[in-house]
Parts: sequence; structure tokens; C-alpha cells
Amino acid sequence: MSGQDFIYGMSAVGAGLAMIAGLGPGIGQGIAAGHAAAAVGRNPGAKSDVTSTMLLGQAVAETTGLYGFAVAIILMFVKPFN
Amino acid sequence: MQTDLVRLGLLDSGADFSIKYLHEVNLFGQTVYLTTTHVGLLVVTLVLVILAIIVNKKIAKSKPEDTPGMLVNVIEMAIEMLDNMVKGTMGINARRFRNWISTIFMFVLLCNISGLFGLRPPTADYGITFALGVITFCIIHYNGIKANRTGHFTSLFKPVLLSPINIIGEFAVPLSLSLRLFGNVMSGTVMMGLIYGLLPPPITTGIPSVLHVYFDLFSGCIQAYVFCMLSMVYISDKIGTE
Repeated sequence: MSGQDFIYGMSAVGAGLAMIAGLGPGIGQGIAAGHAAAAVGRNPGAKSDVTSTMLLGQAVAETTGLYGFAVAIILMFVKPFN
Repeated sequence: MQTDLVRLGLLDSGADFSIKYLHEVNLFGQTVYLTTTHVGLLVVTLVLVILAIIVNKKIAKSKPEDTPGMLVNVIEMAIEMLDNMVKGTMGINARRFRNWISTIFMFVLLCNISGLFGLRPPTADYGITFALGVITFCIIHYNGIKANRTGHFTSLFKPVLLSPINIIGEFAVPLSLSLRLFGNVMSGTVMMGLIYGLLPPPITTGIPSVLHVYFDLFSGCIQAYVFCMLSMVYISDKIGTE
């Protein structure tokens, strides 16, 4: 096994580890969706407002997970450690 | 890119989600490439322009006392929806920005769902989404300066201790906007590429359509909506809604 192959293998492992970042947004989006469901249950008239606010908040919460995804893509295909 | 995919064992199995070089062009002594992104952009732009011309002809010909046709009805509904979306967020400034927001919404939406038609989505290329983010950044600060004059800059130093964070926060806006769009569309493209590579050929005709509905249609609509919504929130944050 050459040093180059070792770097590729470790890059793949690092990409997998970077995707652990998906954990946080999943929990956050679930909490937001749960509270939105509770809000619609309490006040069904405000359904469209609650939904748009929830989507906006979830999109912002998703950003950190996407940073992890960007790091994983960079590790796999851009190969900064050559 | 191609050799790397072979090394990772992805190209052998047929997984395919990278940007392809289609044609080589020499421009001012530099070698640039025409890629699948350019093709996708061209198709999306042509579709939008042709749709605009057809709708313009139809609207100009239709009389107020006639019952509107199929196309005019759908377009009226879409425009009303977009107007309400802008008005709900921007309030009194809605008239000034609805053209821009509607244009960017239709463009991003068509780009995101172009994966359904066999193109590689142009928004899965960071060059496109970063350009959109930079345009939004320019609009935010042009309108901020127009509305507040020097107050636009002095508000950055309101608590003097926090001024570095404020300034970094301003420059993080286009980055997070563009990375959000890119990451979502790219993750959908990667997932679809992996699934097409994973399944044996006879199955790929019907099964992935369910996933296309989620990754292309649902995710694409949500992200187009979120991009416009956040642009509007940032702009009205600078100019005020009263």
C-alpha cells in the first residue's frame, strides 16, 4: 500500500466522519416540525403562516449539516491533501 | 474527476454525478471548457424566454370581457401566488422587488427540477449559486445604502465591541445563501447518481421515480422558496418595512 492510497482511504473515512454533522440538523428540524404541528393543532387558522415560518427556520438549521456535506464532497473529489 | 471516480470504484458501477467537460475552448490564451452546467443553463434560460414570449402574446391578445384560456389562467394564478409571497414578507416595498424575486424564483425552480428532464441541475454547480449569492449581496447593500445613507455603515459599529462579528456576519450572508442551495441540490444529485449506479438496469426505469419526486420536485421547490424568502428577509431587514 503506497502513501497515496493511504491518503485516499483516510479521505474517505474523513468524509464519512464529516457526515456525522447530519445528526444536529435532523434533531433540530424534528423539534421545529413538532412545535409547528403543536401550533397548528392549537390554532388551525394560522396553518400557512406556521408552515412558512417552520420551513424558513428548518432551512436555516439545515445549513450546518450542509457545511459537513460540503466538507465531505471536498474530501472525496477535490482532494486537498495530495 | 473521471480518473478519481474510477479509483473510487464509482464509475465502474455506473454512478455518475460529476460535471462533464463537453467541449474545449481557447479564450485569450486560457483553456476553458463548456460543461453540462452551461447546457443546463442554456436550456433553462431558453425555456423561460420562450414561455415569457408566448405568455406576453396571449395576454396582449386577450380581452377583459372574455373568459381566460387555460394558459392565461395558470399564469395568473402563479403571478398572484408570487405577489402574495412578496407582499407577505416585504410589506410596502413589495412593488419594487416583486419582479426581481419572481424572476429569481422561477429561474431557481426550473434549475432545480431540470434533473427530472435528464439534465444535470445547473444549481448543483457552486459557480451558479455563488453568483446568485453575490447578486443578492449587492442588492441588499445597494438598497441599504439607498435607504439609510451613512447610517448603513455606522449601524455596523453600534456596539463597538461587536463590530468584527457584525462585519463577518454581513459577508457570511451570500456564502450561507449559496452553500445552502448548492448543498441541497448537490446532495439530491449525488443520491440519485448513487441509486442509479446501485440498481441493475431493468429496475432503474420505474423505482427511482419515487425518489425523483422527493429529491428533485419537493426539495427543489422548498429550496427555491427558501432562497427567495431569505433574500427578501435580508433586504427588508436593511430597508425597514414601515
